Amino acid sequence: MSIRVDGVSKSFGAFKALDNVSLDVPQGTLLALLGPSGSGKTTLLRIIAGLEWPDQGRIEEDGTDITDRHARQREVGFVFQHYALFRHMSVFENIAFGMRVRKAPQAEVKARVDELLHLVRLDNLGSRKPAQLSGGQRQRVALARALAIRPRILLLDEPFGALDAKVRVELRQWLRRLHDEIGMTTVFVTHDQEEAFELADDVVVMNEGHVEQRGKPDEVFDKPATPFVMDFLGNVNVYHGRVENGLAFWHGVPIDYPDYPHAQARAARVYLRPHELDIARAPAGGGPSAGPEGTSLPATVLRQTRTGPITRITCQPSQGGSEFHVDLPSAAARELGLQPGEAVSITPRHVRVFLPDPEYVI
Amino acid sequence: MTSKPRDAATATSPLGLLLLAGAVATVGLLIVAPLASVFVDAFSNGPRAWWEALAHDPDTRHAIWLSLTVAPLAVLINTIFGVAAAWLVARFRFPGRSLLVSLFDVPFSVSPVVAGLALVLIFGRQGLLGPTLAWLAVKVIFAWPGLVLATTFVTLPLVVRELIPVMEAIGPEEEMAAVSLGANGWQVFWRVTLPNIRWALLHGVVLANARAMGEFGAVYVVSGHIAGATDTMPLRVEKLFQEYRTPASMAVASVLAALALLTLVAKVFIERQLETESKELEAARAPGADTDPTTGGLGP
Amino acid sequence: MKSTPPSSPPIRRGRTRTVLPGFGLSAAITSLMIVGLVIIPLAVLILRAASLGPAGFLAAAWTPRARAAYAVSLGASLAAAIISSLLGLLVAWVLVRLEFPGRRILDALVDVPLALPTAVAGLVYSTLYVEKGWLGQVLVPMGIRGAYSRLGIVLVLVFVSLPFAIRVVQPVIESLDKDTEEAARLLGASKSQTFLRVVLPGILPAVVTGFALALARALGEYGSVVFISGNMPFKTEIAPVLIVSRLEEFAYAEATAIAVVLLGMSLSMLIVVNVLQQRLARNAQ
Repeated sequence: MSIRVDGVSKSFGAFKALDNVSLDVPQGTLLALLGPSGSGKTTLLRIIAGLEWPDQGRIEEDGTDITDRHARQREVGFVFQHYALFRHMSVFENIAFGMRVRKAPQAEVKARVDELLHLVRLDNLGSRKPAQLSGGQRQRVALARALAIRPRILLLDEPFGALDAKVRVELRQWLRRLHDEIGMTTVFVTHDQEEAFELADDVVVMNEGHVEQRGKPDEVFDKPATPFVMDFLGNVNVYHGRVENGLAFWHGVPIDYPDYPHAQARAARVYLRPHELDIARAPAGGGPSAGPEGTSLPATVLRQTRTGPITRITCQPSQGGSEFHVDLPSAAARELGLQPGEAVSITPRHVRVFLPDPEYVI
Repeated sequence: MTSKPRDAATATSPLGLLLLAGAVATVGLLIVAPLASVFVDAFSNGPRAWWEALAHDPDTRHAIWLSLTVAPLAVLINTIFGVAAAWLVARFRFPGRSLLVSLFDVPFSVSPVVAGLALVLIFGRQGLLGPTLAWLAVKVIFAWPGLVLATTFVTLPLVVRELIPVMEAIGPEEEMAAVSLGANGWQVFWRVTLPNIRWALLHGVVLANARAMGEFGAVYVVSGHIAGATDTMPLRVEKLFQEYRTPASMAVASVLAALALLTLVAKVFIERQLETESKELEAARAPGADTDPTTGGLGP
Repeated sequence: MKSTPPSSPPIRRGRTRTVLPGFGLSAAITSLMIVGLVIIPLAVLILRAASLGPAGFLAAAWTPRARAAYAVSLGASLAAAIISSLLGLLVAWVLVRLEFPGRRILDALVDVPLALPTAVAGLVYSTLYVEKGWLGQVLVPMGIRGAYSRLGIVLVLVFVSLPFAIRVVQPVIESLDKDTEEAARLLGASKSQTFLRVVLPGILPAVVTGFALALARALGEYGSVVFISGNMPFKTEIAPVLIVSRLEEFAYAEATAIAVVLLGMSLSMLIVVNVLQQRLARNAQ
């Protein structure tokens, strides 16, 4: 079942949750809606499920307009953020609910629930109450309950948000395998880029009610379309520099930027990922050996912080200016053995440049 | 109502003992002594006299029967109203919602006597609908429908006030899940909402029933106080007292007091269930260690 | 995202509905009850009083006997609400902060006045405090008359209003941060200083709310007072009792006028205390 979201807008009072959003989800895709809270991703998911109505726009399913179809008739499997399991019902009855309200025969219900319990690896827990389950188990019950009605699409709202880190990674891999097995069109909402990139075929980055970028995980990570995406993917050094004659300048260091061949200088934001900067100890007695036209930046080490396998070195340009980070594998950092106050030279391997609106010229 | 104090001190300090003595004296003198004296006075002439006072007086028998009819009717009406009003307020947003919520509480701040009078002004012989009712030969005031109306008015807030906070705490997600699984309105209500609110509903019903059985002022005004016809148990207590038949009056009062004690036992039990459920709800909302919803982490 | 051709999707106005069912039915039941049982009766009461005209209203509602009844009602209710608030604070504090055998029983007993019919309370109080009663045989020789007196009115009003004063304050004491008190003690404050400067400001809004509820309950109370007060005009007659006796004389106009005054008293007092309470809550933060 493919889904098409066509020009959907939705406001809550004065707050515009979605602003003319359009989106195609082809049959069998596992798609992530990624964005910060308030970006409208959950609202979009609920509109697809029929739990909210759009103020404007259409939802299509295989080319059929289903905008006015009530949630009850949409046959959508929805997994709620906190699972919304029926607390007073057993795991079995939770999963059976959708079939019970359709008055399915008892034998069919039993067979289907047993099958699903097996699928989500909870074979012996059918008689438990949700309160007696761990977070990961509850999550799987919610999934089985959603699948029980044989939905045409599966929607998950922050499916791993309430789980601890270890369970989260396990369940993520399991969900990916499950999706490959049953091949159902699936959309899930997350604020965690790692989750989106690891799990999804396609990632849609949302912000303030609109789509910032859509693409394969690698595309989005390597070629962020907007400053927001770059910022949101996080962990980036931002510098307010300029572009001129096919070059972008970062603290005076020129970097190739063929997209702007014009002679007239323009202000630009230069983004550098910490792991895309090379760091080396400055030649002894060197001082600022690399001039303004050199390809590396002389800088001073301020501090180092180690977070597991990565060590982050915070530096400041020797001629002054804002701090920036360089990330190194911890082993490499130990080998280099830099001390605070030491002079280093920094060479950017890769930058991304965003130009503000065109009228703004230096 | 309260759980065990988490870090309560034992009352061994002199000040602690003094405070404890004050609290025990307050509850003892104001609450326990009167309660105990009802039973002592009621049985002062032996159980046989007590039984005769209740069972051998036709007017008292009628009063008991009337109370057992009027109170459940009023509670039933308030249960339907309470569930509907709580569903409306806890599940929908609409203009005038907060005004409506404050209107639910009005019967608490209106004297029952004033409420009874207002009903008389509408349904009484000289009331607004008086001529119409007379033409229809329907009697509301000085008859049981008036008693039900007055009792419903004074107990109006009790069920709805129990339900609103509980329904708001539970949230609409389970009901939304039921809808998306294909349940219709009644299926959502009977299978999801009602099991979730059952203890809160029962709590409200028990409180409303106690108040309904005991209501005096509003019922006094609309009943006309006719022995053997419109006297409920509390009105009978007063009538017997006025007739200087205090032992008989005490006998009826003792039945009402026993009912009140039963209510309290039920209340304590229900509150324990409610506490368990709210803990379960909390546990369901925060399983495991929740992680910080920021976009931390290094790229893949 | 430019993958979809620009179409002109329909604008849907007034889409504030949710998928949850039952809005119409629950709104219908709720408004039927609120309009039919609360708004119309109170409106009729007020309109009936208004139809007397200003002079007629005053003549009915402002007789010397009525003025005396208001004074007794107000005075006894205020006294009862103050006593209930103080005793309620004491009992709530003990229930939350002290551990002792029978604490749960004491806690449950606090609710007796909510469950016990007020007529029973009135009956029992009047027999307790008369000369031959359990308490009266001690108190009456000392000159304290707890039955057929204004003191009696105050006593039963304390009884009916005490649970409100306790139950509002209790959860607030429970939620108090004990660390703040310990910090104050460490900083050298005495127990009474700690209570007055640290604890009391935190629970004062709740005490005031409890006071308001107790007052509202006391002002309207009829069932218990009618037994114990003796109902002597100008001395121990409260406004609700006067309404009933006017009604029994079929003096509807006078009863209605007094009822409107009583209604105005309880509603306006609730508003005053609400405002006061909001201000206190703001100061406490």
